[in-house]
Amino acid sequence: MRGGRPLVYLDSGATSQKPTVVLDAERDFYATHNAAVHRGAHQLAEEATEAFEAARATVAAFIGADSESVVFTKNGTEAINLVAYALSNAGADGALDGADPEAASRLRLGPGDEIVVTVMEHHANLVPWQELARRTGATLRWLDITDDGQLVPPETAIGHRTRVLAVTQVSNVLATHHDLTPYVQAARSHGALVVVDACQSVPHLPVDVQQLAGGGVDFLAFTGHKVLGPSGIGVLYGRPELLAAMPPFLTGGSMIEVVRMEGSTYAPPPQRFEAGVPVAAQAVGLAAACDYLTAVGMDRVAAHDQVLMRHALGTLASRGWVRVLGPAEPEPRVGAVAFTVDGVHPHDVGQVLDDQGVAVRTGHHCAWPLHRRLGVTASTRVSFGVYTTTEEVDAFVAALDTVPAVFGLAV
Amino acid sequence: MDLYGELILEHSKRPLHSGLRDGGDAEVHHVNPTCGDEITLRVHLDSAGGHAGGDVVRDISYDALGCSISVASTSMLAQECLGREVADTLATYGHVHAMLTSRGQDAGDAHEIGDAVALAGVARYPARVKCALLGWSAYLDALAQAGVDIAAVRS
Repeated sequence: MRGGRPLVYLDSGATSQKPTVVLDAERDFYATHNAAVHRGAHQLAEEATEAFEAARATVAAFIGADSESVVFTKNGTEAINLVAYALSNAGADGALDGADPEAASRLRLGPGDEIVVTVMEHHANLVPWQELARRTGATLRWLDITDDGQLVPPETAIGHRTRVLAVTQVSNVLATHHDLTPYVQAARSHGALVVVDACQSVPHLPVDVQQLAGGGVDFLAFTGHKVLGPSGIGVLYGRPELLAAMPPFLTGGSMIEVVRMEGSTYAPPPQRFEAGVPVAAQAVGLAAACDYLTAVGMDRVAAHDQVLMRHALGTLASRGWVRVLGPAEPEPRVGAVAFTVDGVHPHDVGQVLDDQGVAVRTGHHCAWPLHRRLGVTASTRVSFGVYTTTEEVDAFVAALDTVPAVFGLAV
Repeated sequence: MDLYGELILEHSKRPLHSGLRDGGDAEVHHVNPTCGDEITLRVHLDSAGGHAGGDVVRDISYDALGCSISVASTSMLAQECLGREVADTLATYGHVHAMLTSRGQDAGDAHEIGDAVALAGVARYPARVKCALLGWSAYLDALAQAGVDIAAVRS
């Protein structure tokens, strides 16, 4: 790094570094099995298809799902948009023809209906719902947080008009790991769909889509590149009966059943939601990442994160000029510590750290409304990966300790 | 670290000519969407010159919320441009822009850009160039809204 210093990478919440097995898996796919998946009858095409579907099975098992309920997307953002666009496409004439009536009824959205998010959402789990509300005439409501980053009770926003609840399992800024059970139960009691953004939880915690929040959720999205996998691949889990009823988001090749000039019918899920040549090498790489994490053990991954969290919070607590955002205790926190430094803009904090080889995130971390809610323009965030060490946290704190002096502040 | 020299810290802690003042020909609001930094800036021109670009910058007032680089750069902009002909300030912008985007090749000339030479180090950090240009982009936009032809510096 600059000045020959070793890199201290504390930006895994933005994207993780990749283990060799992931790079090898992608390379091996391209070197020995590369062909267009779900096309062609030649041997390579069969191998590619087999590798792609085996990867789906691995990724599905990693989150406690069946293969048919896992859709590969470009990233977590596209996974959430897929649901949002399928819901507005469901409003088109004939879009739900032939669908199971009960599932279909849950997909209809219009004026008077409400979509509920929270004030701490990443823009990827906020803007798609703002847009869905705009397209359908539904109303967007949101759950607030307390000053220490906990969600306020469900009944403050979830009610009989709620048709969708979209909520993050772990905040990418506050790092709060929320017990979603009361929120999911409230939403379910009104028949609303529950969409969980799991981008920051899947890398650090065991996640089971059928156990989550006491009985599972309807949709869950995460991205590959934050969970040791390649970029260019995301995952959407959906309950089979809902995916089966949903109209497509992106259309074209691969996702069709019969195409005529007058109109087309569509393949069953998950193919219905995977238009175009699938991202096979990335899927294989993501499966290798899941295998890697499974071999380490997600319980151990979570325990390691707690060690780092406890160490970071404990060290920062003695520095009165540092304000940690979110809960002060390590217990409900996962993966990251965002903070502000009195009198110094986060960009400047990040610059001083970068100059000492410590890579952190600065800005609003795609959670602008949350920062407004917390009364700060932006923050500096350190975030952990499975490979992060307490020594790296110490190196970060040592660099942080130089910040006040650079800006002529006494501490 | 050497990026944050005395001049930058001085300008960022006590930005010159800051605060929004009444009057003026245009007001703009610019944000840096990656970090949420914001600036509201007004320009007030005197059209006494009578020839193209001959207007004089009577006032630049602003309310800036941002990192030390962006606030200092805006302060230096105001210091350097107040009371000068608009065309001259556009030339100053050209020099500042050239320095900031030179990746460290252009150290800047204090005769042309004043205190902004202290921002030369920013050019080594491509991610921060946008911070240093936030005030300038607001200024150019405000000039354009006030009727000044800024096509030459935008191209």
